[in-house]
Amino acid sequence: MTATGLAARPAAPRRPAGPRRLAGTGTLLRLALRRDRVMIPVWVAVTALMVLSMPNTLNTLYGTAAERAQLRAQMAANSSLRALVGPVFDDSLGALTAWRVGVYAGALAAVTGLLVVVRHTRDEEESGRQELLSSGMVGRRAPLTAALLAAAVANTALAVLIAAGLAGRGAAGAVAFGLAVGGTGMVFATLAAVAAQLTESARLARGLTAGVLGAAFVLRAAGDSATNDGSSPLTWLSPLGWLENVRPFAGERWWVLLLPAAATTVQAGLAYGLAGRRDLGMSFLPTRPGPAEGRLAGAGALAWRLQRGSVLGWSTGFLLAGVVYGGMTDGAVDLVGDNERARQIFERMGGHAGLTDAFLSSMAGMLGLVASLYVVSSVLRLHGEETSGRAEPVLACAVGRLRWAAGHLAIAFGGTVWLMLLAAAGLSLGYGERPGALVAACLVQVPAAWVIGGAAVLLYGVLPRLTTAAWGVACGVLLLGWVGPSLNLPQTVLDLSPYGHLPKLPGGELTWGPVLALTAIAAALVTAGLAGLRRRDVVA
Amino acid sequence: MTRAITVSGLCKSFGRTRALDGLDLDVETGEVHGFLGPNGAGKSTTIRVLLGLLRADAGAAQVLGRDPWTDAVEVHRRLAYVPGDVTLWRNLSGGEVIDLYARLRGGVDRRRRDELIERFELDPTKKGRTYSKGNRQKVALVAAFASDVDLLILDEPTSGLDPLMEAVFRRCVEEERDRGRTVLLSSHVLREVEELCDRVSIIRKGRTVESGTLAELRHLTRTSVTAELAGPPDGLSRLPGVHDLDVRGRRVRLQVDTDKLDAVLRSLNASGVRSLTSTPPTLEELFLRHYQDEVTPR
Repeated sequence: MTATGLAARPAAPRRPAGPRRLAGTGTLLRLALRRDRVMIPVWVAVTALMVLSMPNTLNTLYGTAAERAQLRAQMAANSSLRALVGPVFDDSLGALTAWRVGVYAGALAAVTGLLVVVRHTRDEEESGRQELLSSGMVGRRAPLTAALLAAAVANTALAVLIAAGLAGRGAAGAVAFGLAVGGTGMVFATLAAVAAQLTESARLARGLTAGVLGAAFVLRAAGDSATNDGSSPLTWLSPLGWLENVRPFAGERWWVLLLPAAATTVQAGLAYGLAGRRDLGMSFLPTRPGPAEGRLAGAGALAWRLQRGSVLGWSTGFLLAGVVYGGMTDGAVDLVGDNERARQIFERMGGHAGLTDAFLSSMAGMLGLVASLYVVSSVLRLHGEETSGRAEPVLACAVGRLRWAAGHLAIAFGGTVWLMLLAAAGLSLGYGERPGALVAACLVQVPAAWVIGGAAVLLYGVLPRLTTAAWGVACGVLLLGWVGPSLNLPQTVLDLSPYGHLPKLPGGELTWGPVLALTAIAAALVTAGLAGLRRRDVVA
Repeated sequence: MTRAITVSGLCKSFGRTRALDGLDLDVETGEVHGFLGPNGAGKSTTIRVLLGLLRADAGAAQVLGRDPWTDAVEVHRRLAYVPGDVTLWRNLSGGEVIDLYARLRGGVDRRRRDELIERFELDPTKKGRTYSKGNRQKVALVAAFASDVDLLILDEPTSGLDPLMEAVFRRCVEEERDRGRTVLLSSHVLREVEELCDRVSIIRKGRTVESGTLAELRHLTRTSVTAELAGPPDGLSRLPGVHDLDVRGRRVRLQVDTDKLDAVLRSLNASGVRSLTSTPPTLEELFLRHYQDEVTPR
């Protein structure tokens, strides 16, 4: 694929002398793949599944050629939806698949690439592991090369899976789509390699690259809402815009693939250049010194200091998502209103009454589901602090376990309310009307998210070894909420999710029973978890 | 005098591993108590029980007159702890962490804090992720010594410190003792323990094997003697309590149980002594003997 050329410059034949800058690359690559033996296959499989299941989903929604042609015509007329998913170039199932999931598959590949590369470059240096590795027979360029090769392995696998899985809809389109997605992954993998040279912390390197990915999405969205054929200069500035402009299954434009290839090559070259000009562990953006005296007053203040960055990030995301969803409400309702099956699904996902209500309700529900990820990640900070050994000295001070936990839990559970209020504010801003109803619609999601957070607290307090299973709970609920309604799952299964019991607002009736019951369940879970935390050993 | 720490018959298992197996430990108020044992003997587990982070399966532990599990917070208000491997928050500066810990213990002595930062040559403005191991250790040490507490629990606190900083550390511990504070010092740096500790406890496999002042412990051990004699030695090998006898012409080297020293000296005298050196057992020898028991039974 596009990407392999850059990183896989084969190791020079073994010479007795010379710098041998790639020595040890093979061993390091095996180490990287061994360490990522779960992460890479899972990311690749999830992304590939999302792509390969799309033709079927589209076929149930738009089974006839006439329906698909109508969809295409509507998209041409609807700039707000185009901003979200891009323009339709052709109405075959293959082209619609590339349209519907292309940008998102590319974004997932980009995230995979950036995670893999930073994990095996800056993360290793920051933790001090690289020092020990590099004291062996490891050439100066070997670590970066191994990291880029690991990313290339992941993206190649994804490209091959997509090309093979969609080959039935046209071999050329399938190959072009696979290359476009994998190429996007490598653009961001090499970008992460550059960021890893610039920053001293892996977290910042990931953040910078993810920021560029977000900007790429926004540029493409802006360009696509302005034009109907991906021709806007804004779209062409974005690697995600290149992806859609390859136009798989719609008269493939192979030359566009040169753009990700060129970006990958240039960025890889830049990363190697920067890496050759710095010392191990050093960076071009050095860490600034902090205050010599601290004002953190206690365990609560410490918890806020540790979590405030991520709260800020989630807040921005919820507000923006609210504005975007609110802004596209009218357009989406026009589009969905013309398709009977889509309307049915929307009504099952959301409310009953007007389609606008149903749309707003399902958007509030979607943000509510995402809030469960926030609450889990925030609760799991406790687990992270404990297993890293940072909790131990704090707990050896005059701080009870409950007070220590309370700070993080207040941010987790209070933060959920805050995020849903921001979502409501965003939806109201974007939609322009009915702020009161939207606040109710968003806040009613909170008890369900709290139940998931409560489950995380319970796991943490009672079964600390299984704490990370809380992610499984959140993802299960997310899948039930997103995919459940379109899979015709029996009601008993859908009822497993706390979100299934919430009143559908706006439009539905505000029934207090389930809201209060879920709140009580969440409180009981948290209480049980804290009781467990008080009784158990602190994990070393 | 009340005891700062009393532990009796402490047991703690992790799954099938028995980490503590009836451990006893008494630390008098105002003393510096050395806590020794090979890796995996259960030192850190004991300390974590004393901090109320682990709940003992059996046995009793009292710290500052209270149960560390039920009264954790009250106990912690009066103690400071330094772990052997300090992990800091990556984005907090050293100064912030020092002040945080001191505040969480109920108060910081500002003047002492600044003085300690100076003495340990610590840059408090650096972020947690940029400190070296030794400097992370200094952050925790400054926070502990600057806190207004009665008991210091130090778990291999000098790992990663350079010799100059180790000297600063030793002076700090002495100052703490002069102020009447109690120190429990777990350490592998035996010179440090010999210099600082009033009493030591040696543990092995989760049990206490020796406990007492260094003088008491030395009494139980051997003195090494090297002598240059005027005539050939006679009958040394028959004397009780003589070990590792090595005779080369008129040069004699041997180890003798300290309580049998008198008989050996008389025997040497009988042959005429030209020169004599006698070394009391170092803590290291004491230590090695207990550590190596398994390999070479006495």
